[in-house]
Amino acid sequence: MKESVIKSMKDLPSTHLLGAGTAMCAGCGGLEVLHEIYDVLGAKTVFVNAAGCMTLLSTYPFTPFRGSWLYTSMASAAAGAQGVRDALDLLRRKGRMSVDEDLTAVVLAGDGSSYGMGLAATSAAIERGLDFVYICYDNEGYGNTGQQASGATPHAAHTATTVGPLGHRGWKKDLFAIWVAHRPAYAATVIGAEPVDLAQKIARAMSLSGPRLILALAPCPTGWDYDPQETVEIGRLAVRTGVFPLKEYVDGKVVHTKVPHPRMPVEAYLERQGRFAHLFTPSRNGAAITEIQSAVDAYWREVNNGSERAEIGRTP
Amino acid sequence: MTRVLLTGNGAAAWGARLADVDYVPAFPITPQTEIVETLARWTECGDLDARLVMLESEHSMITAAAAAAATGVRVFTATSSQGLLYGMEMVYTVTGWRAPFVLVNVSRALASPITLEPDHTDVLAARDSGFLQIHCASCQEVLDSVLIAYRLAEHEDVRLPVLVNEDGFYLSFTREPVELPEPEGVRRFLPPFASGGIEFRASKPISQAVAVLGGTPYSYFRYETHLAAESALAVYEGVADAFARAFGRCWPAVERYRSDDADLVFVMLGAFATKAKDAVDRLREAGWKIGLVRPRLLRPYPEDALRQALLGKRAAIVIDQNLSMGKGGVVHTELASALYGHAGAPMLVPFIAGLGGRDITPEEFYEMAKVAREAVVAGVAPRPRLLYTERELREVRKLQAIAAAERGGGSST
Repeated sequence: MKESVIKSMKDLPSTHLLGAGTAMCAGCGGLEVLHEIYDVLGAKTVFVNAAGCMTLLSTYPFTPFRGSWLYTSMASAAAGAQGVRDALDLLRRKGRMSVDEDLTAVVLAGDGSSYGMGLAATSAAIERGLDFVYICYDNEGYGNTGQQASGATPHAAHTATTVGPLGHRGWKKDLFAIWVAHRPAYAATVIGAEPVDLAQKIARAMSLSGPRLILALAPCPTGWDYDPQETVEIGRLAVRTGVFPLKEYVDGKVVHTKVPHPRMPVEAYLERQGRFAHLFTPSRNGAAITEIQSAVDAYWREVNNGSERAEIGRTP
Repeated sequence: MTRVLLTGNGAAAWGARLADVDYVPAFPITPQTEIVETLARWTECGDLDARLVMLESEHSMITAAAAAAATGVRVFTATSSQGLLYGMEMVYTVTGWRAPFVLVNVSRALASPITLEPDHTDVLAARDSGFLQIHCASCQEVLDSVLIAYRLAEHEDVRLPVLVNEDGFYLSFTREPVELPEPEGVRRFLPPFASGGIEFRASKPISQAVAVLGGTPYSYFRYETHLAAESALAVYEGVADAFARAFGRCWPAVERYRSDDADLVFVMLGAFATKAKDAVDRLREAGWKIGLVRPRLLRPYPEDALRQALLGKRAAIVIDQNLSMGKGGVVHTELASALYGHAGAPMLVPFIAGLGGRDITPEEFYEMAKVAREAVVAGVAPRPRLLYTERELREVRKLQAIAAAERGGGSST
């Protein structure tokens, strides 16, 4: 897959590689994005999985993958990728495996692992320059256990552990900036609702070597409390309200690949999800909504001021 | 055959080098560090055609070790104590991958209180994981056991990781004369790594370590691992025989020292057993019919060999350098399970000793023998005794007095 080939929907791969009939929930934004990513990555991959929703994809004796799979633990998927990659390199160097048997090591981890328990192992893998692709499907909470608050939970969201009138007091951790601080080969944010932007980024990632992050916002009907049929629409709104900026880091610079213009008010995104319903009923919490809007505005103000630093803004 | 002076750690590193390992994921911890540093030097200088990678934790180290083994290369790694426990989730996880590799554990006591010196509570925490365990008492044994461990681990009937244990400080930092086997002889004894079809290749997609739903498939895979560990007992005998033929050194699953005609025997693991041997020699000189039985293999558990060594004895003095809080020693309880209901089972006289590097003096061995003889005469098996002298208790009382004085009167600010 050459990145230059993908310009519009009709350039996307017509063969879909990931099998159907998995245990994922209806309308799972993580599965949506994985379908799109896998079509471009291809089957010459070994998915090294961290404990999370996607662990249930490969349940004995079935798998939706045409390539390989290794489940590890919640904290050490990146170390698993290290072992696989190093072994493949050794086998090639020592002439015990031909080059056409080689595989791309791909970590598949949720936000619970990526933002928390797995972060030390991932940081160390990036610092060693490990040649791997890291996919984080971010549904902004410990989804597989019923959506408790994680390091990726956005401000004010209701989760199973943040049920008060103010919702989650903290702010979403900026995992993209944490990756970029390591100066990896590549980092990008993607969303299933923007498949062309996504495919271009996966193709670019595959044209590079070294540590590569694909951070995918994964709208979650069960965790975010909305009708499964709205997954694509909520994903679009995350981009158009500026809540989830689509961007990539390559050659030492952060570039925004889809700048929302005009940018819709955050309310358009928030009001569609049950996890933010307490901001609107029984009475409107104007202060909280303004606070979220201000954070998004501040982020984009810095972007428009030409800052290409990765550290800009606090992620809403 | 070259004879050199090596520490236990040096012997472990030589074992890995002679096994021609491909991959060494590493993380430093006292008293294991010399193993990592030695292998790092060899890989950097080209003496060993392997890749050594420093991970950020033992949890990651064991993950990387097993992932590489599951991709089809020969892997060596080493840790100790808190490191083994930090990696314990993966110690239990990776055995189910059926990807063989060798891990040397340099035994060190566990916190709290934090300390550096040895006992066996760390390695026994891995007892039920599916790792096979070989316990060593000399530097030569460490090197030889690493080579034996690879052949055992990679056998098609086994396919499990093997933990080779050496006691921190007493073995890890003690130099002993060690015979280095010729590389050519090792190559004949230990053929190149065969993946047995467990490997990741583009042409042969495979899903490893997948989830199961329900107890039926779960039990199936757990039973498979258990049966593989059990079959390792017979495989071990064959491997030890082949090793003895190739290199002239015998490493049975259970070592018996002057025990065949003995009435009383010490039973213990690891390097402190050499102290017991010395005590046996001196007690023999004084007319005692006493010996030593030392399990080298702890998993799989060599029950038959232990029964052969112990049935008909009057008492077994079991010295545990570990402590299962609220119960006692692990070696004692396991031995009881092996002997229960068998005619001629000896009385078990259990002691806890040698925790956190505490020495076991010759006089204490003599005293334990005396207690055992008296118990036999009385016909009553004693409860586990915690070895501790009055002098030690006085020393601790003194430390407590100093601590109290410092706290009470030391600070006026």
